Amino acid sequence: MLELIRSRRLRERYAILWLVTGIVLLALSLWRDGLNTLAGWLGVETYPPSVLFAVASLFILVVLLHYSTVISRLADQNTILAQRLALLEHELEGRGESAAGATPSGPVEDSASDRRA
Amino acid sequence: MAEVATGAPEAPSSRPLGAPELVSALAKRRRIAIVPALNEEGSIGAVIDEIKAFDPGFEIVVVDDGSIDGTREIARARGVHVLRLPFNLGIGGAVQTGYKFAFERGYELAVQIDADGQHDPRELPAILRPVLAGEVDMAVGSRFAGTKGYRVPFMRRLGTRLFAGVISAIVRQRVTDTTSGFRAVNRRGIRLFAADYPHDYPEVEATVLLIKHRLRLCEVPVAMRERTAGRSSIRVPHSILYMVKVLLAVFVGIFRRTVPLEER
Repeated sequence: MLELIRSRRLRERYAILWLVTGIVLLALSLWRDGLNTLAGWLGVETYPPSVLFAVASLFILVVLLHYSTVISRLADQNTILAQRLALLEHELEGRGESAAGATPSGPVEDSASDRRA
Repeated sequence: MAEVATGAPEAPSSRPLGAPELVSALAKRRRIAIVPALNEEGSIGAVIDEIKAFDPGFEIVVVDDGSIDGTREIARARGVHVLRLPFNLGIGGAVQTGYKFAFERGYELAVQIDADGQHDPRELPAILRPVLAGEVDMAVGSRFAGTKGYRVPFMRRLGTRLFAGVISAIVRQRVTDTTSGFRAVNRRGIRLFAADYPHDYPEVEATVLLIKHRLRLCEVPVAMRERTAGRSSIRVPHSILYMVKVLLAVFVGIFRRTVPLEER
């Protein structure tokens, strides 16, 4: 985990999420009394370690939900970037052609007048 | 299809602009036709030629949504604007690129026409008229609104009817053809769609979006053609799932926060 952060393959904010998850689960695994107490609070009497699984799956759900939001945002930004790229590329082509004094076709002239406007 | 490179058709019959007021109103506006295209090399040339034949004053912007055929070259050869997306964004993302182009370059009127040839540019006066008259912000060409016939497979028709009912209830206005991508939009509409355009099922959702922003909408009957090339992106076996997903998207859209619009 630390190596992933150090080598910049993982951003800190995700690392914190994972570290917290790991520490909590590890603590509950080792500290049996704590687990039993927690199980007592939750009303789990038959098999306290099942609380461990419950906690783990809760964390995983939170992480996944978080990823969904991140992916959605990235997808939106990706779309905006792709659209911007297409628009800028078109503008660049227009400039290149008018600078070279090439074919005075409709769109080139128009893009020039657009810039004046 | 005629392979004429630019404007001016010889036959005077192919100039049905209709009322002279329409022509003069149209001539006053900077206008653009947005043509989203994905692998439509078989029809894109004819569509461009037909728009130019209808009105040479229309600038045309072809939004190439990652085509791997000759679509882009054919459009370029006709001297129209071509926006090339670096990868496939889907119809919504492609159309929005066109609206962004129109917004940033100050166009006052935009029409949206599919590249597959099913929208006939000669039907443009029908959707232009209500917008030019200032009655609405967007006019949609509908296959079902009037008497002009259009043959649709049964399942497709059922789905369309169901949507139409739900959407009509939501926008409190009769809508018959929710999947039509044949529309004319004024500056307010261009501004809205440049800022916010739905990605998943854009035609249906855009209708709801428009009403949510208190823009005015109307439908006009138009005749549409069978596709001249390519094939529909909607297939029958998936249509039920499709319907569920669209309705879900629409309901999400109703409750979604609105995006602030750029002033210009």
